[in-house]
Amino acid sequence: MTGAAERYEQAACGLLTTAPDGLITGVNQTLLTWLGYQRDDVVGKLRLSDFLTRGGRIFLETHYRPQLRLQGLVRELALSLVTADGQRLPVLLNAVTDANDLGAEIQVAILDARERRSYEQELLNARREAVETAQQSAAMARTLQQTLIPDLPPEISGLTTAVVFEPATGEVGGDFYDVFPIGRNEWAVMLGDVSGKGVGAAVVGTLVRHTIRALLTTGDSPAQSLAGLHRVLERDTPEMFCTIAVLHLTRGDSGWTVRMASGGHPPAVRIDQSGQAELVRPAGPLVGAFPNPKFEETSFEITSGDLLVLYTDGITEARRGSDQFGEERLLTALEAGVRDPESTVHRLLAAAMEFQSGDLRDDIAVLALGVP
Amino acid sequence: MTSTGLLARHHVLEQGRSDGPTLLFVHGYGCDQSMWRELVPHFTDDYRVLTYDQAGSGGAEPAAYDPARHSTLSGYADDLLAICAEAGLRDVTVVGHSVSAMIAALAHLQAPEVITRLVLVGPSPRYIDEPPYVGGFSQEDIDELLGSLSSNFLGWANAMAPAIMGVPEQPALGQELTASFCRTDPEIARQFAQVTFLSDTRRELAEVSCPTLVIQCTEDLIAPVAVGEYVRDTIAGSSYALLDNVGHCPHLSVPTETAAAIQSFLEATTDPAHADPGDQPQ
Repeated sequence: MTGAAERYEQAACGLLTTAPDGLITGVNQTLLTWLGYQRDDVVGKLRLSDFLTRGGRIFLETHYRPQLRLQGLVRELALSLVTADGQRLPVLLNAVTDANDLGAEIQVAILDARERRSYEQELLNARREAVETAQQSAAMARTLQQTLIPDLPPEISGLTTAVVFEPATGEVGGDFYDVFPIGRNEWAVMLGDVSGKGVGAAVVGTLVRHTIRALLTTGDSPAQSLAGLHRVLERDTPEMFCTIAVLHLTRGDSGWTVRMASGGHPPAVRIDQSGQAELVRPAGPLVGAFPNPKFEETSFEITSGDLLVLYTDGITEARRGSDQFGEERLLTALEAGVRDPESTVHRLLAAAMEFQSGDLRDDIAVLALGVP
Repeated sequence: MTSTGLLARHHVLEQGRSDGPTLLFVHGYGCDQSMWRELVPHFTDDYRVLTYDQAGSGGAEPAAYDPARHSTLSGYADDLLAICAEAGLRDVTVVGHSVSAMIAALAHLQAPEVITRLVLVGPSPRYIDEPPYVGGFSQEDIDELLGSLSSNFLGWANAMAPAIMGVPEQPALGQELTASFCRTDPEIARQFAQVTFLSDTRRELAEVSCPTLVIQCTEDLIAPVAVGEYVRDTIAGSSYALLDNVGHCPHLSVPTETAAAIQSFLEATTDPAHADPGDQPQ
């Protein structure tokens, strides 16, 4: 055998020549050895497709041959060859031909890709597991998010309510709110924000929501409920704290009496019929943060045409560069436009989202109560 | 979506005589409209020729592919009709290859006044055998194909966006491409394969009533002769051209013979009353 012929036969890869229809016209010893065939049984007798799996044969017709015909070149095609004893041999295949000549031979080089294949399989498995885990986490976070807010929007006779609740991009946050009846024509409203984000904050948010609910429905005033909440948080979740506004509404003849306490929460805004806005800011520190907190309680009336708006700091602390949305923009957004609860909450949300170009770093919750 | 938007989305290309009768070529599972490169020049003298890329293939924009819409062949048929509508096409002869032969038939059934003739190249209304029907494949064969595609062990490992990388504008058919246009996102390839190879449009086939040509290769692993004959026998009055060719793509392997078969059919089925003024009488 000549040097060139020997080099061809013993090449470090499988070498093959075929006619355009795949009929094998030449094959080197390396490939014959891999496949476990004798030369005489292959050359002029079998096609490349005969060494492929059924799936591979389909792929040959749909991808390999067209690509060769149009471009004259196929690179790094992953296939499985079937050996004489039925084993699968994973390979990478390169092929060249003269795309301008319908009858041109095809030169094929085949690399044994067993190691690469098993490595790929491991990577694929790892990726699949990671995707599944991520999906499970996301599903759990969504479930948790549901516990922070009531299932149904509240319906209160004599009061129009509207709420928007927009979780932070990508992560469950710590904002929570609740609206529930305490007695005949007596309702409680709360809105707040637990420190931090993620599952930890959400769990505390649920605890806060249900603690306040329990305390108010057993007779605590808003300020008393905050004191009670503080004891619970101090004891159960010492490193966590929250801001919260708690309101107790009692229906009267011409509107509602509102008793409000706040634990470090942004002020509520009361807008009267004439469009005058007033901040309502009962004093009180963060709940669960510092020892011996004192919570003030404020009382006021809301009558027909009045609007009361509560929100979390996801609004006022929305950022654009070094600038914050702030109280001024809040009041501007509230005073402009139609002053019914539904339009107001959406308008405020839209303003805050636009301010930070839609990228929510923190949850946003806005709740508006209107006396019709 | 604007009309140019949709046509650009599917990389619709137009050639030939703008006042000629319209031929619309639709590629099937596999590559993209480049598949028609060898065939189309045979028609540009006399016809208005359009080609496009299916969603998820070739130069079609990634946004064109929607897993929900494209989970059935009807989704692809809707695309075809939308393109006809946007380009203002009527009285179209659709040349569909492989699964797109069925897509073309479905589109025709929805809009018979738009698609008035069909050329079905290597058609198959069902790939999996269902005795006495011979599709050519067992369920295991197709499972193996889909399994290999889903584990990336057929084809190219890199997920490549359908838009050709690094080529700012897809050149008109006939120029050389430097990228591998038969590559496609492996996930889309798997889904399209699933829709294709698990399809069954035998019932719809029986409703086709426009002039139809079936082009069948003598040795086609994907659409064997038995299937071509089934299609011929199911579509009343259809014509049948058996081409001596090994493989599934006669328009690439034997383009001259394929063109001749199509031309005979077109001339035989051109209604003189509807012929364009530019047509020469036979």
